[in-house]
Amino acid sequence: MAAPALPAAEGEPAPLVRSPSFWRSVFARLRRDPVALAAAAVILALLVLALFGPWLVATDPYASSVLRRLKPIGTPGHPLGTDELGRDMLARLVHGARWSLFMGVTPVVLAFFLGAAIGITAGYAGGLLGTAIMRTIDVFYAFPSVLLAIALSGALGAGIENALLSLTLVFVPPIARVAESVATQLRNRDFVEAARASGAGALTIVRVHVLGNALGPIFVYATSLVSVSMILASGLSFLGLGVRPPEPEWGLMLNTLRTAIYVQPWVAALPGVMIFATSISFNLLADALRSAMDVKG
Amino acid sequence: MLRYTFNRILYALPIMLGVSLVCFLLVHIAPGDPLVSVLPPDATEALRRQMAELYGFDRSLPEQFLRWLARAAVGDLGTSIATARPVAAEVARAVGNTVTLAAFATLIGFTLGAIFGFVAGYFRDSPLDRLASALAVLGVSVPHYWLGMVLVILFSAQLGWLPATGAGPGGSTEWAWDWEHFRHLILPAITMSVIPMGIVARTLRALVAEILSQEFAMGLRARGLSEFAVFRHVVKNAAPTALAVMGLQLGYLLGGSILIETVFSWPGTGFLLNAAIFQRDLPLLQGTILVLALFFVVLNLVVDVVQTALDPRIRRA
Repeated sequence: MAAPALPAAEGEPAPLVRSPSFWRSVFARLRRDPVALAAAAVILALLVLALFGPWLVATDPYASSVLRRLKPIGTPGHPLGTDELGRDMLARLVHGARWSLFMGVTPVVLAFFLGAAIGITAGYAGGLLGTAIMRTIDVFYAFPSVLLAIALSGALGAGIENALLSLTLVFVPPIARVAESVATQLRNRDFVEAARASGAGALTIVRVHVLGNALGPIFVYATSLVSVSMILASGLSFLGLGVRPPEPEWGLMLNTLRTAIYVQPWVAALPGVMIFATSISFNLLADALRSAMDVKG
Repeated sequence: MLRYTFNRILYALPIMLGVSLVCFLLVHIAPGDPLVSVLPPDATEALRRQMAELYGFDRSLPEQFLRWLARAAVGDLGTSIATARPVAAEVARAVGNTVTLAAFATLIGFTLGAIFGFVAGYFRDSPLDRLASALAVLGVSVPHYWLGMVLVILFSAQLGWLPATGAGPGGSTEWAWDWEHFRHLILPAITMSVIPMGIVARTLRALVAEILSQEFAMGLRARGLSEFAVFRHVVKNAAPTALAVMGLQLGYLLGGSILIETVFSWPGTGFLLNAAIFQRDLPLLQGTILVLALFFVVLNLVVDVVQTALDPRIRRA
């Protein structure tokens, strides 16, 4: 398992990550990995765009102009051209970071907490309750992820909340499965047995021993889902099921620019470059994190 | 083996029931009146009630579910609200096109992925490995709907070599084994193949490296077997897992084809789903999702049984 288990003093609430030397060594390994550093730099840059974009690029991303529609890359005043309504592409791509990252990352964060809670409950409780929970999870796991996302957001209707809800529900089952298997393994470990023998209650054991040791592997698994989530979230907006016009969101921008591929093909392809860069950076960082933590799977 | 197959089928049945329940509930989590798209805005209350009765919306939920399930079991998926045609017929027409597309994509993706995976696993940490692994990461990270657009820009808009949309000449929606239809298949199939390519390559790279690090591989070499003979052993050991991954990928592509079918206007189940969503045609949405999801469950079952039949190690475990 990821975090080495340390004996816990009874009655003394231990912090969640109780082995700083372990996390320090993970970060030391990540710092020596050039690919991880590059990926982290891209993600950091995207976060800066998402947080401070409006101050970095002053052009209004909503200002349209009939006269300046679909200008090519390199037009004076519009370095990345303009879209089908004459809005500045640079401003829209930069402002789009906020929506796109929010839509892609939020479902995984929510699913991490929900899935971990469900999986750890099922794994630690075991028995009939555990089986009942996991068989329910299996039903949702039996859907291909894209299909489940489309089914839920298609039935619920277009909109940001519905897209976030559907994507969260897509990622809960896989995370819960990982959490359940980690918790089941931990339940039978000697240090959990020892804690139980020394009179620790179920809640204390879960909080100190199970959470402390399970969250690391679950977290690593969840990071590997962010890339898929980015692609799916933008995909929903691309289909018209997520963020609505006129908001700048990369998937939605791709959709509205599709009609322009014969006029300004490379301007039309730009939002996809942003999605691609984000998704590949998250993928590479998750890979590096996994090998730095030496979690198998 | 027979016993295992039987148990595996027994395990799949409650899952299929659960999947059906989720599909059934889709119509009921949808906001608003499902009849709103068929009724004229000035419909009388009597007409509304009559329609509700026709579609069965006036009964209790468990009763509706059982009636719906009993009808679905004999292939009656209800009537499309938008076209008034049976949902089963609409899905049957579209599903063939999606299977054709997904099968070609899996074939391309598996072939390329297997080559990249074997090369990367065999020459671990060499420049070749880095190239193959980089291609695999690109494959799993690329937003495929965007890749589809870029391919259309390159090969249709700029070069004019291949058609951009549709499944055949003149808006043909029926697949046929001729060159014109094949030309329409090339771009969507290549677009779709990058996902299985990346996943197969990543799985096989780890698998091949693991097999080669086992003692028996060293033993084979120590006994003086040719590199080709060792390679045959590696293939035999990797095959069950590789085939399982391929089967599952085919299922994911069938279920996840909506984005690519939308980009290429490919007349398959994804295109049908897209139409169902935007016309608020809930019976059509429900029926299509049910067919695709059940197909995925059955495919999972087949993959498990075949993998177990091929690999006696799983049976013993």
